Amino acid sequence: MSKPSKKILLKGNEVLSQAAINAGCGFFAGYPITPQNEVPEYLSKALPEAGGIFIQAESEIAAINMLFGASASGVRCMTSSSSPGVSLKQEGISYIAAAELPCVIVNMQRGGPGLGNIRAAQGDYFQSVKGGGHGDYRLIVLAPSTLQEIYELTMNAFDYADHYRNPVLILGDGILGQMAEPVELTKYRPIVDLPEKDFVLDGCKGRERRVIKTLLLQPAEALIEFNEYLKKKYAGIESELKLCQKYRCDDADLVVAAYGITARIAEGAVDMARDKGLKVGLIRPITLWPFPDEDFRAVAEQAKKLLVVEMSNGQMIEDVKLSIECSRPVEFYGTGGGWYPTSEKIMEKIESVYE
Amino acid sequence: MQFKRPKTIKDTQTHYCPGCGHGIVHRLVAEVIDELGLREKTIGTAPVGCSVLLYNYFDCDIIECAHGRPPAVATAIKRCQPDKVVFTYQGDGDIAAIGTAELIHAANRGENITAIFVNNAIYGMTGGQMAPTTLIGQKTTTTQNGRDRKKQGPPLKVCELLASLEGVAYLQRVAVSTAKDVIIAKKAIKKAFQNQLDGKGYSLVEVLSMCPTDWKVTPKQAVDFVNNEMKAAFPLGVYKDV
Repeated sequence: MSKPSKKILLKGNEVLSQAAINAGCGFFAGYPITPQNEVPEYLSKALPEAGGIFIQAESEIAAINMLFGASASGVRCMTSSSSPGVSLKQEGISYIAAAELPCVIVNMQRGGPGLGNIRAAQGDYFQSVKGGGHGDYRLIVLAPSTLQEIYELTMNAFDYADHYRNPVLILGDGILGQMAEPVELTKYRPIVDLPEKDFVLDGCKGRERRVIKTLLLQPAEALIEFNEYLKKKYAGIESELKLCQKYRCDDADLVVAAYGITARIAEGAVDMARDKGLKVGLIRPITLWPFPDEDFRAVAEQAKKLLVVEMSNGQMIEDVKLSIECSRPVEFYGTGGGWYPTSEKIMEKIESVYE
Repeated sequence: MQFKRPKTIKDTQTHYCPGCGHGIVHRLVAEVIDELGLREKTIGTAPVGCSVLLYNYFDCDIIECAHGRPPAVATAIKRCQPDKVVFTYQGDGDIAAIGTAELIHAANRGENITAIFVNNAIYGMTGGQMAPTTLIGQKTTTTQNGRDRKKQGPPLKVCELLASLEGVAYLQRVAVSTAKDVIIAKKAIKKAFQNQLDGKGYSLVEVLSMCPTDWKVTPKQAVDFVNNEMKAAFPLGVYKDV
């Protein structure tokens, strides 16, 4: 007799919340917004039961600044929101990145711009990978496409944050947050070296006092030097952390590129195309920053054409074109405004651009 | 009698202008931290404004916050480390304009922290613009004919505003414009720290203070302005003591 499955049925927002607890998250602050409400709801009960701290903040701005304080206290911490709320957090994210404080930020994207709607979307790609807040900083951006992957990447996110002393953004969407599927809640194991937190403010007993600050007025070169340092740090992350998955790409003439839930839908379209004898593959970036550009270049050597599919009017497509230096035609299929593609519609597009 | 530097103040010159009240308030906070033996368990927050650089003067752990956000940052630090002492130090723009939401909600949650609010009725660091606490008729670079009640509203009174919140433990408005005021201010600040040690909840001391540079007056005239104008608009006293 085979062992009974250890999988349990949960919603994506719940999986993410439990992953955070299992990874030792000790502090959560957030503000209600659809479609991520299950995260604060779940953590309001489960996190204190696990010995952690939950605060329903008065705003997204307060929530991200609470992370600033929690991270400075040496505690693993997370906040969660959806598109309009994440816009509000950008000020705090810039400060946290400048102070090099580890934390995890979740964006279960919804339709925009403005108040938009509450359906799934991928219109926050630019905000996530190109900045969002002021100044020259980078977030590590992780894009899961299944609930099992939400579970694993959320735990990994805390490790990357501590390892690189950098905020990590988990970029999901309303479908991933709301859908349910069986997930195996595996034991947390750190995947990278976790350095001692020598920046923590816990009172200066037996040591020199510490200051966490982001204002660098004097000498005049101080900020230039700090930005040079950040540039090197980000280059180091780029050299170490580019995650990508390829599916049926080896002999593909056309490669579909998509991330998150869109990639999962596109996988169905790739199978349909293969059934019809079309040589089609899929490339799915798991890290959106750093963007897995070498993988895209490798794929473009074989493929005659790429097709980018997004739940937006076309944002990631710019990084795809930059990665392959426009060496192949890049087609696009997508719609902004809280819409998701079906495998059938992607298949139609594949057939219309396939040569 | 020997006039010694508190251990919690570093031996350095400040960037504050002659006649500014921040130096006095810094010293009072440092004396209280010394007297209660808290230096090695204190985490302070620096605001945005003239006192952003307070970490150059305080010899304890300090975190510099985004404008108006110290109450949120301090909330998290104190929740994560309830055995430590956490204080915020904010100016009028920080606490009563851009950070109003963070102030009201940290206070209403009854966060067990100590807040020092320095009210000098003007934006000092940016060069003398109107503050939420600028007096009616007071000329600033953005109210060049004087603050007009009809256009800018009356000065915002933080102690009176917070007094209605059940979560707040202690509110007192003091000044540092006379020797007697400084003695009262120190007692209030000490009580605000002692309250935190006793777990009483959110305690705030508002300090009316001088800004001769941006008021465009002499230090002596600045003292007179606090005593004659500010104290009339912002009455001193205890607004809450639970």
